[in-house]
Amino acid sequence: MPIPGCGLEVGGKVAASSAVPTVRVAGGRTSDDLRALWVVWKRELIRFRRNRMRIVTSLAQPVLFLFILGTGLSTIVSTTDHFNFRTFMFPGILGMTVLFTSIFSAISIVWDREFGFLREMLVAPVHRWTLVLGKCLGGATVATIQGAIMLALAGLVGVSYNPVMMLVLVAEMVLAAFALTAFGVMLAARISDVQSFQVVTQLFVLPMFFLSGAVFPVTKLPVWLGVLSKVDPLSYAVDPLRKEVFSYLNIPPVLRRQFDPGVSWGSWHLPVLVELGLVATAALVMLLTAIKQFSRPV
Amino acid sequence: MPTSGDGTGCVPMTMWQADPVTQLDRPLSAAAELAGEPAISATDLKKSYKEIEAVRGVSFDVQPGEIFGFLGPNGAGKSTIISMLCTLVTPSSGRARVAGFDVVSDQAQVRQRIGLVFQDTTLDDYLTASENLRFHAELYGVPREMVPARMRQVLEIVDLWDRRDGVVQTFSGGMKRRLEIARGLLHAPGVLFLDEPTVGLDPQTRSHIWSYITELKRHEKITIFLTTHYMDEAEYCDRIAIMDHGVLVAVDTPEALKGSIGEDRVELHTDDDADAIARLSETFQIKATISEGAVTFHVAGGEEFVPRLFAELGVAIRSIRVARPTLDDVFMTYTGRTIRDAEASGSERFRANPWMRARGRR
Repeated sequence: MPIPGCGLEVGGKVAASSAVPTVRVAGGRTSDDLRALWVVWKRELIRFRRNRMRIVTSLAQPVLFLFILGTGLSTIVSTTDHFNFRTFMFPGILGMTVLFTSIFSAISIVWDREFGFLREMLVAPVHRWTLVLGKCLGGATVATIQGAIMLALAGLVGVSYNPVMMLVLVAEMVLAAFALTAFGVMLAARISDVQSFQVVTQLFVLPMFFLSGAVFPVTKLPVWLGVLSKVDPLSYAVDPLRKEVFSYLNIPPVLRRQFDPGVSWGSWHLPVLVELGLVATAALVMLLTAIKQFSRPV
Repeated sequence: MPTSGDGTGCVPMTMWQADPVTQLDRPLSAAAELAGEPAISATDLKKSYKEIEAVRGVSFDVQPGEIFGFLGPNGAGKSTIISMLCTLVTPSSGRARVAGFDVVSDQAQVRQRIGLVFQDTTLDDYLTASENLRFHAELYGVPREMVPARMRQVLEIVDLWDRRDGVVQTFSGGMKRRLEIARGLLHAPGVLFLDEPTVGLDPQTRSHIWSYITELKRHEKITIFLTTHYMDEAEYCDRIAIMDHGVLVAVDTPEALKGSIGEDRVELHTDDDADAIARLSETFQIKATISEGAVTFHVAGGEEFVPRLFAELGVAIRSIRVARPTLDDVFMTYTGRTIRDAEASGSERFRANPWMRARGRR
């Protein structure tokens, strides 16, 4: 029963094509883990690149928010000629782009489970943490790329293309993207079907977005909303982005106080580094939780 | 190690052992590591889910190089067995060794040495065939320099080399299954597990899959453990275990199983049927009758009987037909019902697939 194409080549190719690699005895070596990590990360990028519609649609939403909602709101918010409400929204929209892309990437685990691919990963002879970390890094990379595309629109909302500022913003987005992907992966471990994804979006993602100060300043909110805003981890990711953008703006102190109030606990205004530290800590906790959840026997 | 030169489509075991080319090409196989140990060995394996005993004490051995089929209706416990052997489900009690390692204490070792093809697809639809394989190669630590040649080899075995850059989304069900089989082979496992490899495929694709599986055995010299509830497919196996209600009711070659339940039916057309019947009675002490225009009688080992018949009957034979008991007959004998009846009453369907359960729990 000859199979077409099997060993039918001429000359040396036969030997090459019929050589069978010896079965590996090793397992759990660092190099094996790194390969697994790398390939899980790479898969995220391949899927991202291949799904052009997703790139477009996931950019459409922030663009709509920035230029339609932002423009609409700017007509009722009193600002000066030098400062537009869209400029205030811009860092928030960067945060939004990163938020939605990260969560969406992470939630794809639910689809992987639905379509079986998750099993292909879970049965592999590698440590589970490599899979979870690879997924988080992959989602973070994709989200940062999307955020960087949005960053290119800076000029349209009166933000300069200062290279140092751009680099700082990208670095802050990397951290935020990683934390949010870890958060999404942690949720995905508990979500059993695709329908629940909608629920998660409504229950977590949208409230996180609105309470983060991305679209409106959260300083004058009623106490209960103010507390929720401070609990919202996204607040601590959006604020450093805004501080960075505003540090290059030349605006009156009144406007600065109104639109770049920062996050304060009581009377303590959190420095950027503390905020970033909080995001990093949250990222680590969520990553470890996600790893723990996925390390259960399949 | 049973051989099966029975004309059912199985390649006899001796064929590859005598093949000097393939033997040289695989200097260090998983089979060699085993050093005489069975490829799979289960001892009193049990698994209970709450009040349900899915597997109730199953013991069997599979020899290296065998195609071993697990046959039974949905819900018989086949998938639970395969999941335990693949280290995906922990047995409630009993022991199992696969490729020389314990499925509980040496999970990683076992996983490196086995290939898995599940009932439902586990491919990434957005990736191409070769990207799916590459992903697998990285996860299983296939040495980098071997990956391209090995990918080509497995894709050629399943006839997908030409489609290597096609996105899996565009593949038919049969192509996806073949790609999964190729992927299961990529890391050169010693044992390949196929859970219902042909379920949901059309008859032509099913027969193609089977020719790949039998070719595979010749080409890769691996042990193949599969489950099926198609009786006709069980014929391709070297040995079959029939499972029902969580226990093994029979383990043997398809031939022996069919032989064990009785005699073959022989139908003769001769120049003189009356004389033939008389001589059958006289020479062979066999009682024959005319049935549907043919001299019909039952005898054990019908095929072996045919040459004797030609030599000793003394009546010209125009045609002869030997009908074997089918595996359907075998299943019925051992379980008291046909596999279709068993499927129809499959109230325990849900326990057929522990993955669905795992999914539901989350």
